[in-house]
Amino acid sequence: MPLIPPREREHIQKFFEENLVNPVRLVMFTQEIECEYCAETRQLVEEIAQLSPKITAEIYNFVTDKPKAEEYKVDKIPAIAIIGQKDYGIRFYGIPSGYEFSALLEDIVDVSRGESGLSEASKKALAGLTKPVHIQVFVTPT
Amino acid sequence: MAIESDLVRADAVEAIEFPHLAVKYHVHGVPKTVINETFFIEGAMPEVLFVQQIVHSIK
Repeated sequence: MPLIPPREREHIQKFFEENLVNPVRLVMFTQEIECEYCAETRQLVEEIAQLSPKITAEIYNFVTDKPKAEEYKVDKIPAIAIIGQKDYGIRFYGIPSGYEFSALLEDIVDVSRGESGLSEASKKALAGLTKPVHIQVFVTPT
Repeated sequence: MAIESDLVRADAVEAIEFPHLAVKYHVHGVPKTVINETFFIEGAMPEVLFVQQIVHSIK
């Protein structure tokens, strides 16, 4: 049974058609057992990839593809890495439902464009960074 | 921010699926932002303020 309802699928398809520029890879890490939302997340990723020729889904097993997980710095699952012309370091951990689903779609477009969409003031502040920053935003499904 | 800067990587973490992390970082309400494991921002805020707080936190 599809996770994304038909009317929403059409809406998202149009959104992608109008906004995607470069191809995006949804690199997902999952496993067969002991992972509550892995199967649904995998299905969601595959459904999203079907909504645009510019989006491809790559599914890896967290256990048997460990070197790949390390390459993408993925340490928990389900995990979705949104990869554009380069890896910007954007990861979704857990099933992206509710508001997070919209955030995922927006991120796919931003990655596709390679544009942060931030204000000039923010860009200036970030240009002054000298050390790595790892941001983790904790959210709940709504 | 992760797109804008090569030094930034960003995770969205679903708190209910990773309770050990919610406990580790004392996540009682969301959104809660954890920067480099040590600096915390509770709640949401306007973009520029958020960016400033993050840049300031790692100085």
